[in-house]
Amino acid sequence: MRRYGYQGHALIEALHTAQEAFGYLDDFTLRYIARQLRLPYSKVYGVATFYNYFTLKPQGAHVCVVCLGTACYIKGSPELVSALESAYKVKAGSTTADNALSLLVARCVGSCALAPVAVLDGEVIGKATPAVLLERVQQRLGAAQPAEVAS
Amino acid sequence: MNFEELTQLAERERAAQHAMPFQIHVCAGTGCHAAGSEMVAKALEGEVARSTLKGKVLVKCVGCRGLCASGPIVEVEQQQPNAEPASVLYAHVRPEDAPEVVRSIGGEPVERLFLDTNQPFFTRQLKIVLEDCGKIDPERIEDYIARGGYRALFKVLDEMTPSEVIDEITHSGLRGRGGAGFPTGLKWATVAKANPQRYPTYVPPGVQSQKFVICNGDEGDPGAFMDRSVMEGDPHRVLEGMIIAGYAVGANQGYIYVRAEYPLAVKRLRTAIRQAQRVGLLGNNIAGTAFSFNIDIRLGAGAFVCGEETALIASIEGGRGLPRPRPPYPAEYGLWGCPTLINNVETLANIAPIINRGAAWFASIGTAKSKGTKVFALTGQVKNTGLIEVPMGITLREIVFDIGGGIPNGRKFKAVQTGGPSGGCIPEQYLDTPVDYESLTALGSIMGSGGLIVMDDSTDMVEVARFFMEFCMEESCGKCIPCRAGTAQIHHILTKFQTGRATMRDLRLLEELCDVVKHASLCGLGQSAPNPVLSTLRYFRHEYEAKLRSDGYAYGHANGAAEEALSHVQ
Repeated sequence: MRRYGYQGHALIEALHTAQEAFGYLDDFTLRYIARQLRLPYSKVYGVATFYNYFTLKPQGAHVCVVCLGTACYIKGSPELVSALESAYKVKAGSTTADNALSLLVARCVGSCALAPVAVLDGEVIGKATPAVLLERVQQRLGAAQPAEVAS
Repeated sequence: MNFEELTQLAERERAAQHAMPFQIHVCAGTGCHAAGSEMVAKALEGEVARSTLKGKVLVKCVGCRGLCASGPIVEVEQQQPNAEPASVLYAHVRPEDAPEVVRSIGGEPVERLFLDTNQPFFTRQLKIVLEDCGKIDPERIEDYIARGGYRALFKVLDEMTPSEVIDEITHSGLRGRGGAGFPTGLKWATVAKANPQRYPTYVPPGVQSQKFVICNGDEGDPGAFMDRSVMEGDPHRVLEGMIIAGYAVGANQGYIYVRAEYPLAVKRLRTAIRQAQRVGLLGNNIAGTAFSFNIDIRLGAGAFVCGEETALIASIEGGRGLPRPRPPYPAEYGLWGCPTLINNVETLANIAPIINRGAAWFASIGTAKSKGTKVFALTGQVKNTGLIEVPMGITLREIVFDIGGGIPNGRKFKAVQTGGPSGGCIPEQYLDTPVDYESLTALGSIMGSGGLIVMDDSTDMVEVARFFMEFCMEESCGKCIPCRAGTAQIHHILTKFQTGRATMRDLRLLEELCDVVKHASLCGLGQSAPNPVLSTLRYFRHEYEAKLRSDGYAYGHANGAAEEALSHVQ
């Protein structure tokens, strides 16, 4: 924030930085940013909820993002989502009760040539099938708690 | 840095590269990166260091080669005196293949991994925007300069006035590559002429410019990755285009708006900006002239509507990405109330070649009204998925069946979707249409930013329309009612079709609603949102009709007469 001289137009940059540091944006963070940039809290909250990239809820220990872009969609990514949903009893866009896995959907991760694509903890799995994906997720969940949880 | 120093740097870099008789290029685009190209590059480097060729082989990571389906792609280049280097392409290279590849250098290529460059995928393309993509290391400015980079900038600064630059762009016939196809030269001229004092401005302190150049890198279309590949593979080309644009319109500050979902592109652009500043090609008094230009990066945050220019400006100003009515156009009243030039990444990447080789050369490529080339992201049910660049006027059939290699698994072609959620589906009988702005609009689709998604006969067109409408519904910013409420209602009706509850009345209502949303919406998102529905209705109406309710309420395909009678009653 200091880099932009505490000006209002630095809001989105500030939110990006905060989300990178904490993994999500809680109420305290939003209020702090609003105070520092001298913006109404309503505006900060409005911007944070307008953009899909910002999340106000904490994420699970592992994050699996399934791409639902056009190319992935016609190559069968909805099956990936429903396979994960039924296997881990989690709705797309939310986190399992034990905070182990967050299942998210994305509009396009830009790897359309590898469709359908899933991103598991930052690692891209191209040409995924439900069986392969479930196996990889199980591997992650079975492994000890990873070091970089926040990423 | 002046022109002499640039030439010297280029000579030095070229000499250094010629000292290495062999070069290995490993693709580090997102597609190949996901397939593990980083490990391959490490393995190759290690292998070279152990072999007898140590010191003669240069391993470098380059931008996207296009054929993402066969990644990771590795190219082995052999320098030849007085000729273009001879090269061999390998596909699907794994780290354990490294010893074999290194052993083959200078001898016979590895048969097992060999990728034939004589197939139509390579021969039918014409590369202008992507000419250096896949040849240079995107993280080294020296490599770009060695291939003639930033020469156009010096030509502009030393020999041309701003109005001469604009004339050159106008004569080239270049049109905006973001989708709408607005003539670039005209846009530049409008911004150059605009008076910054005409509207009240609210430029924040610390920003010193009265006009702005914005590079639109908010590639929100699902299924499109052209701009990402250019920004990742050849970032300096975009910077050079922006600096020239700044000089032509009289701006001193530029912004690149990139999606936060493209971390690699952001990283490489940041590196490129730092390098350009270090050698004095960006910043105050560029190349010793009075012209100053700075570039900053602004991150998007996942909103499709921010690709619309007024919404993009609102987002750069730090607010919600809501569009506003035009006019006044951003060319007169844009960022912080100042005249602002907004161009797409691909448009700006075309600038340097036009200046270097002249407007007449560029105008000789393409069709009467659409000049130059277009980059497409070819995806979906097609054999060769990846990034292609073709001259305007090529037919869709050539793209899908020659370059794309046709439909895999023995299935039949059904439709090709252009322009993402704003475009339409084009069926088989129109495949011989030449690709240019007007022809695609006439078919009810648009050129769009360049996503081409091929669908085979297993695809349900109503489901495709519903998918796009769901996308538009969620991405609608909610400012104007036709778009906010209209897209939700269209989606509701399409869901009725999918659950077998739709009647003939729904079909008529659907058409009416599409018409309203198309003509009454505020910005491009709403105006083009019904396109997927309208085009599928136009070419695949029978699929909608087949899904009508089969009881007394519906009058399906067979009951044409009864249907006609009912329409009079209602």
